[in-house]
Amino acid sequence: MFLFDNLLCMLLGISFTVWFTLLLVFIIVPAVFGVSFGILSVYICTCLLFLTVLLSPSGIIAKELASLEQEMQEMRRSGSGSALGGAEFEMSDIFHFCRRGVESIVDDEVTKRFTAEELESWNLLTRSNYNFNHISTRLTVLWGLGVLIRYGILLPLRVTLAFTGVGLLVFLTSLIGLLPNGGMKSFLSEKAHLMCYRICVRALTAIITYHDSENKPKNGGICVANHTSPIDVIILSSDGCYAMVGQVHGGLMGVIQRAMVKACPHIWFERSEVKDRHLVAKRLSDHVADKTKLPILIFPEGTCINNTSVMMFKKGSFEIGCTVYPVAIKYDPRFGDAFWNSSKFGMVNYLLHMMSSWAIVCSVWYLPPMSREEGEDAVQFANRVKAAIARKGGLADLLWDGGLKRDKVKEVFKEEQQKLYSKVLVGGAEDRSRS
Amino acid sequence: MGSRASSLLREEDIEEIKKETGFSHSQITRLYSRFHSLDKGENGALSREDFQRIPELAINPLGDRIINAFFPEGEDQVNFRGFMRTLAHFRPVEDNEKNKDPTAEPLNSRNNKLLFAFRLYDLDRDDKISRDELLQVLRMMVGVNISDEQLGSIADRTIQEADTNGDMSISFSEFIKVLEKVDVEQKMSIRFLH
Repeated sequence: MFLFDNLLCMLLGISFTVWFTLLLVFIIVPAVFGVSFGILSVYICTCLLFLTVLLSPSGIIAKELASLEQEMQEMRRSGSGSALGGAEFEMSDIFHFCRRGVESIVDDEVTKRFTAEELESWNLLTRSNYNFNHISTRLTVLWGLGVLIRYGILLPLRVTLAFTGVGLLVFLTSLIGLLPNGGMKSFLSEKAHLMCYRICVRALTAIITYHDSENKPKNGGICVANHTSPIDVIILSSDGCYAMVGQVHGGLMGVIQRAMVKACPHIWFERSEVKDRHLVAKRLSDHVADKTKLPILIFPEGTCINNTSVMMFKKGSFEIGCTVYPVAIKYDPRFGDAFWNSSKFGMVNYLLHMMSSWAIVCSVWYLPPMSREEGEDAVQFANRVKAAIARKGGLADLLWDGGLKRDKVKEVFKEEQQKLYSKVLVGGAEDRSRS
Repeated sequence: MGSRASSLLREEDIEEIKKETGFSHSQITRLYSRFHSLDKGENGALSREDFQRIPELAINPLGDRIINAFFPEGEDQVNFRGFMRTLAHFRPVEDNEKNKDPTAEPLNSRNNKLLFAFRLYDLDRDDKISRDELLQVLRMMVGVNISDEQLGSIADRTIQEADTNGDMSISFSEFIKVLEKVDVEQKMSIRFLH
């Protein structure tokens, strides 16, 4: 009995040591130096080989794209007009609103942005299994194998890495915080931040492709990006140093925040200060004015969107009047959906999902810097930047507010629709009086 | 781990809905997913608030009337059967197969589409569109942009042209007559993908 126990302990000890050494050699050390072995690319290719089930295309209906005016004119030409050459109001006008309304009930542009994107083929993750009913035994076996690999091998590995990364971040930044302000401190802080974020990137098995790095954000500017999940921060920070903006949290987040701010200036707001827009604007402009401070990282959508579209940008960051560096982030949903549905999953649940996916594959595009032009107001500037980001990332450019995730739509939009229709009616009257 | 929405719908139910509405199996499961995603309370039925949460519907001037069409008289909840029955009105007419039940009129016939539109106007469900009801619906569509007098004259003219039996309101048969030249089948159809 004893012998067996001893043997077991010895085996466990050895395997643990071997495992940890492998971890160190193949992942942590390269992360520190920013080098890669290309093991990950091999992994991704093998993954792709297995993800081969094809199913029906997404999309429930094909929508009519004609505008209100176009449709009304068509109906009047073909329609039930009286001998007087077309009355102003037709009883058939209601058809347009009716059909549009029912179309939006079946499939609308907004509500689907707040839940994970539907995939065309299944990627063997239970959580992306919506419409895939007929699952053969072969697929079930593959899925079972997938679960074993993901939860048995990948998850523990990643969790260890995550703890290492975060722990090192807190430790090193606190240490660097003891140094006097100056070139040495900034240099070390940059190195420490980069190293820890790279370890975190490995912890998520994130394969990131950075495009157009010559446009990387510089000091004294604001970096804006589309927001899909908290991981966006890690992805951008592992390639450059930014000053973060956010609310002060308690608990573990709070510890990390306090440690980070020791090494280099970040902008953390108290809960009460967030409501005061002038205070927020002032702190941001002060930071931007100081050219020794790092560029600020902001997500103007204000909430996580599911990476199929870019929603309205809040104008606050565009009013400050400094150079804006837009960045587009696009995730490949086949390997693991990075979208955080905060109404469904808490942070811990979400991180567990992330770490048990196949991988996080994404592309980051650094767009050329933009500034507010003459005669352009903050909202127009924000829309211009948003359009550029949407175009680069291949995302739909929507005017809808991400706040619609939780709030009701404003009445003013309905009034615009009513105004449009009134113009069609009254326009008819003008034609009649002319003829 | 996510919602296996399709597994909550039984095969027998799908068959019944297929017979009643004419939707295909895959269309029914996709629409069930949609129904489920709108059903925030997860109680198998939609309330008016669930519909109003759709921004594009909330800004539609006739949004409330359309939402109302889903709810039977006096009820506040619509289940999936009712949801599908209402949506079936918008199936294109060409999609009807030849071997459907010849005695029952399909939900997406020209007549039923017109009836759906008629009921959008007929606020008190008395099978007549009175001047008052027409005015109310017009007001919904134009908001504050047209004066009461102008709107009143539009309503009067419309009733005058449509009303054949002189009761100052529009019955369903008069409604059908007014719209006989309009391509109702195309205007009141949605192209559902398979």
